[in-house]
Amino acid sequence: MEKQQFIDELNQLLAEEFEVEVSTIQPDASIKMTLALDSLSLIDLVAVIENTYKVKISGPEMIHIKKFSELYDYLYERIENSIL
Amino acid sequence: MNRRVVITGMGIYSCLGKTLDEVKESLYNGKSGIIFDPARKEMGFRSALTAKMEVPDLKGQLSRSQRVYMPEEAKYAYVATCEALKNANIDMDFLEKNEVGLLYGNDSTADAVVKSVDTMREKKDTTLVGSGAIFQSMNSTVTMNLGCIFKLRGINLTVSGACASSSHAIGLGSLLIKWGLQDCIVCGGAQEVNPFSIGSFDGISAFSVREDDPTKASRPFDRDRDGLVPGGGAATVIIESYEHAVKRGAPILAEVIGYGFSSNGDHMSQPNVDGPSRSLQMAIREAGIDIRTIGYLNAHATSTPVGDRQEAKAIYNVFGDHRPEVTSTKAMTGHEMWMAGASEVVYSMLMMQNDFIAPNINFENPDEDSAKLNIPNKRVEKSFDTFLSNSFGFGGTNSTLIVKKFVK
Repeated sequence: MEKQQFIDELNQLLAEEFEVEVSTIQPDASIKMTLALDSLSLIDLVAVIENTYKVKISGPEMIHIKKFSELYDYLYERIENSIL
Repeated sequence: MNRRVVITGMGIYSCLGKTLDEVKESLYNGKSGIIFDPARKEMGFRSALTAKMEVPDLKGQLSRSQRVYMPEEAKYAYVATCEALKNANIDMDFLEKNEVGLLYGNDSTADAVVKSVDTMREKKDTTLVGSGAIFQSMNSTVTMNLGCIFKLRGINLTVSGACASSSHAIGLGSLLIKWGLQDCIVCGGAQEVNPFSIGSFDGISAFSVREDDPTKASRPFDRDRDGLVPGGGAATVIIESYEHAVKRGAPILAEVIGYGFSSNGDHMSQPNVDGPSRSLQMAIREAGIDIRTIGYLNAHATSTPVGDRQEAKAIYNVFGDHRPEVTSTKAMTGHEMWMAGASEVVYSMLMMQNDFIAPNINFENPDEDSAKLNIPNKRVEKSFDTFLSNSFGFGGTNSTLIVKKFVK
């Protein structure tokens, strides 16, 4: 899958799950602020990603992922590697 | 301290309607809310009868982060509580500035528990149950949710007393107000309506199997009753001290004048006559009234052979020759269980406000005990000032409330 296609699909998924406008999800935007996540709903972000992409993100890893661009890179790399 | 306790608001979401007006119409016309649910039959249910309920879609009213913690019973309770607060002229500004309490009856969260356990078993990963599962699965889920959504700052407690839960919630709330510990409390009861919540209840053959005629299945006090029909939803009443209600210019609808309770100390599921009799007597004693002033009795009667018989005996024991109309609204609603105490106060209030007694539909032939009571199977146009409402539960818990039209 092309990376841009992956990003578009992920953005759509997150917009629907967290009920935000997809246009607010920008590469440099804060994930926590944009999706209005607190310590509990952060769990739902991990769960929706794991359910969709079969990629498990550990808590310590998630702490370092602040922006959407970081999430795109992290996930895309994991998915590409799992496919290979 | 011995303060008067008044009701200033009501709200309901039941199989008889989603607003007070809709419910009043159903009661007036003796309309049943019972249906046959084919999905239950596929799941192996002995009886697929249930109340017809639609889970409210709260998207647009509550944020995702609020909704994610809410099982269906909390959604019912939210809708009922919005209506009750509105009718009581209580807004969010008032709730944030005053110490309003919350006592709600609930005694199961089966659907949420089953779904999270299914996920754990399938995925072998607890993270995947999501952030809402723990809060949906706790028995106090309704009070947790309502307390946070409405920013309530007084007592916050779930009352679990089986099918008397929400009657006890109102009764206990009235005592807290009477004793001066709270000025205003949101009281009520909620009941989930899904197969998982009552599958084990179906398993003990407690339900009516009159599946070919769902609206005739729940027939409290009738000679040919063969079991209850499960129902649910939520009902809320706002109670407060008379002084508090007057101070804020609230509409005063009625007064809670008596709360009685008892435990049978006997069988798990089979009620006796002594326990309910003592609950009735205590409520009447606490109310300090002559029983002849009670114009209507809303019975617990669920349409089970033994339960209705024992309650009929208890009522006759206490009331003797005074024979007010006795009906069980469960003939129309089915058994609303944890919600029933509160919903039946709301049903009785609607009747008292509108000068009628809803028919005990399906009461065609009395048995030896119900023949001693005055049970109308047609609507009675009647003005009455005081009603008594019974709620009894598994394990032998009993609660009785007496409510009177407000007189200054």
